[in-house]
Amino acid sequence: MIHLNAHELFNKIKNKEVSALELTNAFITHSKKTNAVLNSYNLITEEIAINTANRVDKKIATGEKLEIFEGVPIAIKDNICIEDIETTCSSKILEGFKPPYNATIIEKLNAMNMPIIGKTNMDEFAMGSSTETSFYGVSKNPWDISTVPGGSSGGSAVAVASGQAPLSIGSDTGGSIRQPASFCGIVGVKPTYGRISRYGLMAFASSLDQIGPFSKTVEDSAHLLNILCGYDFRDSTSQNVKAEDFTRDLNRSIKGIKVAIPKELYNSSLSKEVKDYYDQLINKLSNEGIIFEEIELPSLKYALSTYYIIAPAEASSNLSRYDGVRYGYRSENANSLIEMMTKSRSEGFGDEVKRRILIGNYVLSSGYYDAYYKKAQQVRTLIKEDYKKAFETYDVILSPTTPTPAFKPGEKTANPLEMYLNDIMTIPVNLAGLPAISIPCGMVNNLPMGLQLTGNVFEESKLLGISNQLEKILCFKLNNSFIEGVL
Amino acid sequence: MSWEVVIGLEIHAQLKTNSKLFCHCSAAFGDTPNTNICPVCTAMPGVLPVLNKKVVDSAIKLGLATNCKINSINEFSRKNYFYPDSPKAYQISQFDKPICLAGYLNIMVNNELRRIDITRIHMEEDAGKLVHQGSDNISGATHSLVDLNRCSVPLLEIVSEPVIRSATEARLYMEKMRQIIRYLDIGDGNMEEGSLRCDANVSIRKRGDIKLGTKTEVKNLNSFKSVEKAINLEIDRQIDILEDGGTIIQETRHYNEATASTTSLRSKEEAHDYRYFPDPDLVPIVIDELWIETIRKELPELPEAIQKRFVNDYNLPTDHSVRLTSIKKLAEDFENAYKNRKNENITPLETANVALKYYDYFLSNNLDFSKSNHASFQIGGLTFLVNTSTVSSSTITSILPDIVNTNYDPIEYVKEKGLAQVSDTGELKSIIQDVIKENPGPAEEIKSGKMQTIGFMMGQIMQKTKGKANPGLANKMLKELLGIS
Repeated sequence: MIHLNAHELFNKIKNKEVSALELTNAFITHSKKTNAVLNSYNLITEEIAINTANRVDKKIATGEKLEIFEGVPIAIKDNICIEDIETTCSSKILEGFKPPYNATIIEKLNAMNMPIIGKTNMDEFAMGSSTETSFYGVSKNPWDISTVPGGSSGGSAVAVASGQAPLSIGSDTGGSIRQPASFCGIVGVKPTYGRISRYGLMAFASSLDQIGPFSKTVEDSAHLLNILCGYDFRDSTSQNVKAEDFTRDLNRSIKGIKVAIPKELYNSSLSKEVKDYYDQLINKLSNEGIIFEEIELPSLKYALSTYYIIAPAEASSNLSRYDGVRYGYRSENANSLIEMMTKSRSEGFGDEVKRRILIGNYVLSSGYYDAYYKKAQQVRTLIKEDYKKAFETYDVILSPTTPTPAFKPGEKTANPLEMYLNDIMTIPVNLAGLPAISIPCGMVNNLPMGLQLTGNVFEESKLLGISNQLEKILCFKLNNSFIEGVL
Repeated sequence: MSWEVVIGLEIHAQLKTNSKLFCHCSAAFGDTPNTNICPVCTAMPGVLPVLNKKVVDSAIKLGLATNCKINSINEFSRKNYFYPDSPKAYQISQFDKPICLAGYLNIMVNNELRRIDITRIHMEEDAGKLVHQGSDNISGATHSLVDLNRCSVPLLEIVSEPVIRSATEARLYMEKMRQIIRYLDIGDGNMEEGSLRCDANVSIRKRGDIKLGTKTEVKNLNSFKSVEKAINLEIDRQIDILEDGGTIIQETRHYNEATASTTSLRSKEEAHDYRYFPDPDLVPIVIDELWIETIRKELPELPEAIQKRFVNDYNLPTDHSVRLTSIKKLAEDFENAYKNRKNENITPLETANVALKYYDYFLSNNLDFSKSNHASFQIGGLTFLVNTSTVSSSTITSILPDIVNTNYDPIEYVKEKGLAQVSDTGELKSIIQDVIKENPGPAEEIKSGKMQTIGFMMGQIMQKTKGKANPGLANKMLKELLGIS
């Protein structure tokens, strides 16, 4: 049962084949059992999950109609605030911190009575592509536990891929949902910037961060997006667009759609093996009546440098509040105010976080601001314009989600630049604020690979529709027996 | 050597909005520490700011009242620095796109009009408050307590051009700014409570020099008196240094009111790099013409305009009109008092005199005039009493203590207490005849031309009437009865 998708599980609850409590307990039991190996959870929130499940069962008992995904368990990335539940960003500096409030999306999930199974492991403050920067240790990829699950939302991807939860929530600043979705063979969506309220998401880079779902199917993500999206007055960057049903285009034919493949993302940075794989894949899809054209998005070659100026700049300021004064870790070895702040931060943050804070402070310093931050914002505008032009002609833009399948821990930690290069496919999308999805498309070296589709702003429905049709054509299946064999 | 003083002021005016700049918490002053706080203003992880539109309205109001240009595209920036009173470790402020630009205020200095140019006005949030235990400052304290009630209360920072030429001008400009803030009803303008603060940038140069001298920034100016005093101290200090052949160091200096001296706080080298950048959590605010015009229509009549009107419409002396407009309520109370009784032939000047006397009573007794709800009514009544010679103007002064802050009708009060002047000629005549009878000597003196003695006789009359004799009438009748008129 734990390997069914969310929609199938919801139907089982609705048809009283299983109670919400039984279902929740099954996922909690499986999560507890497998977490020792996979290290996907920082915390399993059994009590609140059971309370929510009981609410659903009470509703069923009184004959009330259930709305879609009521009773379906979900795992939450550990950078999203749940009132009175430890939320750490996988950082020592927030060890033991319990937020006094709920994130907007937690309110929405609570209102929808979706049992929250636990808080998932991640790269510290979402800075990383493998969960290796987590203070609580790396998570394991269930396809091959000697590889990383990707990051930063690695724990959330592992939870869905390994049957610990049918759905999970991640956040994506430069690929942190799509890349682990790709590594773990599941679906991950980064919606348009402003679609989902960021209120309660512990900020990494405010202008890039966006919350999004993980699921086993495109359809499940579409339904979950219906629950998560919507204007929130508490988030000034939240977009006041008309609510829509993201499942509306799921069954629309994709014959004749025009798909662009940007040269800049489909080039020498791919190994021959990976390139050959995608060439053959595109060939196969062309036979289905999809029109592929190679295009140029010239500004994309600056995307990585642009990202590694803007994201650290915003992060350096966003992470300044962790000063040991009001909450979180406070150094015991301080004799003055300055020492207290300095030592708390030096002892509380990990290396990658410190590296990015230093970069951020540097690029914002007076005298360097114009050369770095301001220039980066200008390039960002060019990237947006390049995409905008492309969407005048094309329905979606396609690329691999990652240049390689999952790598091994330690493979890229010695050279941060190499780790950053792993996000080259996903980063431009965040800079442009566009919606994008990663769907599993097959295996390379016995590890799953993802296909990234990028849509125009607020065209999630179209993006999900095309993805759903591709999913049917690609017929990718999670190999559950394989996963259980590993465990 | 002749030195020219160059001063620029940075004024911080706290706005009296109901809620804070970026959250729903109350912006009230003086509440129990850490009661007006929430996840947003205590900078819990994950929270986001949402702009209070009323603050933008207030900023536009002040901008229009100080002849500024209102910027259509407004942006908030983060000013990054670590301190326990700043829980986000950055202050949300405006940097290169402030809401108001290039305005001015006119002040009167020694009866001369001086124009003080305003560089910019911008919106920002206040910091919390540290209460140091065991010492006045953080370095000597055993520990410090943080009160975040004030954190994120809205402020307007008003930056003047370096065109102020003396400490007195600085104080007058500051007073004028407070007057306007109070007229607009956007802030309390109370320096002692800290709702109006100012830092002064002070430098001096040889008269005739074009290049500015090295400036110092003087902080902790908590009253109008200290603004003037501290700037004068700083001017003297700088002159002493330069005349001794020394050089001024660019630094921030702290004014100590108790010792009447300034001490160095930090030098330019120790100044922060605030790493300003646009706050990505907030979107630019676009202020269109319609918004500006809506606010313009809400603007009250400002003191300068009222002064002109009082002089033109009521023929009041300039000095009267300036004093009457020192606060909006007084101007209104005066005008209402006059309008309500002008059919009874009272004059604007009589009303103005009574109104100023009335207001002075509050000032000299440290009473809160803003709470005086019956001022206009009582000023009108008192003016009527003076106009009809029912009481003398000195009687007004003596009855004010009994009636202010009550709803007494002064006319009724005077009647009740029997304070009306004796203007009944029959009654006065018999009293004066008694006085003449009782004082035959002085009476003879007056008859023989010694006019100074009239004063003595008037004194006797006043004593007999307990001060209620109408002095003009009594004087006239005394002369008649003595046959000297």
